[in-house]
Amino acid sequence: MADIKMKSVDAVIIGFGWTGAIMAKELTEAGLKVVALERGPNRDTYPEGAYPKSIDELTQNSRHALFQDMSKSTLTIRHKPDDQAAPYRQLAAFLPGTGVGGAGLHWSGCHWRITPEELRIRSHYEERYGKNFIPEDMTLQDWGVTYEELEPHFDFAEKVFGTAGQAYKVNGKVVGAGNPFDADRSSEFPLPPMRNTYSAELFRKAAAEVGYHPFSIPSANASAPYTNPYGCQMAPCTFCGFCSGYACYNYSKASPNVNILPALRLVPHFELRAECNVVEIQTDSTGKKATGVLYVDSQGNRVTQPADLVILGTFAYNNAHMMLVSKIGTPYDPKTGQGTIGKNFCYQNENSVSVFFDNDKYTNPFIGAGGNGVACDDFNADHFDHGPLGFVGGSPLWVNQSGSKPISGVGLPSGTPAWGSAWKKAVKDTYTHVLSMNAHGTNMPFRDCYLDLDPEYTDYLGRPLLRLTFDWHENDIKMIRYAVGKMQKIAEAMNPKAIKVSVKNFGEQFDSRHYQTTHMGGGVIMGDNPATSAVNRYLQSWDVSNLFVVGSSAFPQGLGYNPTGTVAALTYWSAKAIREQYLKNPGPLVRA
Amino acid sequence: MPLSTSVPSRRSFLLGTAAFVPAVALTGGLQRPALAANPGTMLPYTPTFFTPDEWAFVVAFVDRLIPSDAEGPGAVELDVPAFIDRQMGQPYGYGKLWYMHGPFRPAPATLGYQLEFTPRDIYRKGIPAADQAIREAFGKRFVDLDPAGRDQAITRLQEGELKLSPVPAQTLFGEFLKNTQEGYFSDPIHGGNRDMAAWKMIGFPGARADFTDWVDRYGAKYPFGPVSIKDLGA
Ligand SMILES: Cc1cc2nc3c(=O)[nH]c(=O)nc-3n(C[C@H](O)[C@H](O)[C@H](O)COP(=O)(O)OP(=O)(O)OC[C@H]3O[C@@H](n4cnc5c(N)ncnc54)[C@H](O)[C@@H]3O)c2cc1C
Ligand code: SF4
Repeated sequence: MADIKMKSVDAVIIGFGWTGAIMAKELTEAGLKVVALERGPNRDTYPEGAYPKSIDELTQNSRHALFQDMSKSTLTIRHKPDDQAAPYRQLAAFLPGTGVGGAGLHWSGCHWRITPEELRIRSHYEERYGKNFIPEDMTLQDWGVTYEELEPHFDFAEKVFGTAGQAYKVNGKVVGAGNPFDADRSSEFPLPPMRNTYSAELFRKAAAEVGYHPFSIPSANASAPYTNPYGCQMAPCTFCGFCSGYACYNYSKASPNVNILPALRLVPHFELRAECNVVEIQTDSTGKKATGVLYVDSQGNRVTQPADLVILGTFAYNNAHMMLVSKIGTPYDPKTGQGTIGKNFCYQNENSVSVFFDNDKYTNPFIGAGGNGVACDDFNADHFDHGPLGFVGGSPLWVNQSGSKPISGVGLPSGTPAWGSAWKKAVKDTYTHVLSMNAHGTNMPFRDCYLDLDPEYTDYLGRPLLRLTFDWHENDIKMIRYAVGKMQKIAEAMNPKAIKVSVKNFGEQFDSRHYQTTHMGGGVIMGDNPATSAVNRYLQSWDVSNLFVVGSSAFPQGLGYNPTGTVAALTYWSAKAIREQYLKNPGPLVRA
Repeated sequence: MPLSTSVPSRRSFLLGTAAFVPAVALTGGLQRPALAANPGTMLPYTPTFFTPDEWAFVVAFVDRLIPSDAEGPGAVELDVPAFIDRQMGQPYGYGKLWYMHGPFRPAPATLGYQLEFTPRDIYRKGIPAADQAIREAFGKRFVDLDPAGRDQAITRLQEGELKLSPVPAQTLFGEFLKNTQEGYFSDPIHGGNRDMAAWKMIGFPGARADFTDWVDRYGAKYPFGPVSIKDLGA
């Protein structure tokens, strides 16, 4: 164990998931010498994804083959600012990634674009519903970037990911039966929509019957052979059903490993170092300039990597953690509302309805793909009149059959005992005759939902853990109850044997014991004012101008859609600003 | 042999025991050819983690969590006890998959597991405490109860009505239930789900993992049986 100092590079990237890989590609294209540091091991389709060993629910999902190593680090959670926090000791509600590819190696593939209104959510709600509509403690704010500015980057990211989907409107012209609520696009999806499962088609039919507007979910699971702009190839998805939480064995699911890394490997001025855990971003004596990073390698050496430019892409809340331990920016204080690091933590507000059919109707839930399915957007974003409803936000509704496996995935009718003969009979009678639909709702930011450093618990290196203070608020419970009520109509239109509705009750607290999603946001949010945001519209730190913080950490509020499509577009948008503006004239890109 | 007697009671268990061999002796050799006719029969297995007393408790417990009956196989005949014993030797058993740094303090249930006990600890400390509490409540050790009595005892653990220390009853019950379902439904390479019988019962095709030609055969039964990673030569 030694102290080592490396030769300086043009840019160092912390974390090699989606954001790190995109930045590495963009910055090396600009000619920069780039080093990427990833805390977890090297990973790829072979060996981690290789068939048949990857088709193993126990090893991959129950025993977390690919997820964050909890023995080394976690975060602590409490519901309210005055509560005592407790460590999130066992993975459950969310499954953060580690290793080359990050969660991008084992995500699902639902690939969305944020709606234009959500990018200017406060302005939009105030314009449509009046100044008093947004509750006082809801810390809603605009992103400082428009859909039109991001559109070319959404478009390019979809081409990199090989996304399969049906466009609705391209350059102002309706081109097909896509999502009629979609904003305008500059081109079609690079691949046609996937075929769908029976469950998803039942949803499509029933949703149309009750007057909604169903469409195929855009999915980064390839619907046909494909070569992306980087020359990386994908093979058609086989609907293997071992997708969410698994590395794809078939080069069909977009990942940093399949869609970007093969191209980066050919770049001589790029280096990827695995098992290098960055402990802090170092700054000079002014605190205004990053000088590089300090990391601990697999041998326990403490290594300094100097760099002119630092990119922080360690996933959502981890970005806030790195900012806090590196003492960059002002920590958020929920009492005064001052400070920005840790502000506006948001999650996904998700509930479901299970639909049970007779024994002669097979839904075969083991058939599926992570991003596959049919959705309707009638109650998402601001596609419906919120005026009389009294809540902010919304929820797409969908059947997203990603493949349910028997250890974790069997939805059983209400009243089924947890064990014994009756349980077994219920599993046997149900497993191939059930479908599950989800309301994948927004979670709005509140003054008392935030991230800071835990005063007590530490990681394996002795650094303080991140502390999450988070609970559901009435606004979000109102919203999800409304959305699930709308979804129940779809379920009933399927003429099922039975349905089971799972929805939050008023007063219900955040429960970390059940998987919800790994879609967290906020903590290092973007905006147009350094008093209320941590990074500017280009994801550049207001405080340290040679530091860019990429990921859903920039989201000022939670989305109905899954985040990665928007994360990827924002990363390309930030990279463009670095390439075209920052490198020519290093310094703040926006004057405070 | 009817189910209720196919699971070793502690007495029959001990009768066959001189040393640590009994788990094998009980289920070994002669019984194997008659497997189909003997629901509840395990393959020979010598536990490496569980002691003979614990093993008898485990076998009897998982047998009630997923009993053998006309609907399909039970946990014992699919070697779930052996699966659990093997898991205790894995990093999982040692709590290596969890954040296990103190202080350990009570917290709202919604914040998840907060005890210092690894899965090995949960069984090692939980089983004797449960057996003691059951003896006090029912006048017999768990393995000496009849199936209905065992079900009552399990229910009282599940509901937390039997007070155990230091491992709470619901923690022990929860660990048993989770591990039993894992052993019942995981790939046979892990030592449970023998002959993929649980998958066959529910219609799960295991590691087939290619439904390109089946995704849009709407409403039809998938006609092929399961395959295991074992069958695929890995
Ligand atoms: C099961 C699952 C399903 C999902 N499905 C979807 C979906 O369908 N659609 C969607 O949009 N999103 C989905 N997501 C979310 C998606 O995976 C993330 O949004 C995406 O991966 C974010 O990219 P990122 O680069 O910000 O983070 P990641 O991809 O997680 O990469 C961050 C990397 O940084 C590394 N790192 C962290 N700290 C350090 C450090 N100190 N030093 C060095 N390296 C560090 C991590 O190990 C990790 O490899 C899913 C996630 C999961 C877990
Ligand atoms: S469902 Fe398709 S994309 Fe997902 S892991 Fe299987 S083959 Fe890959």
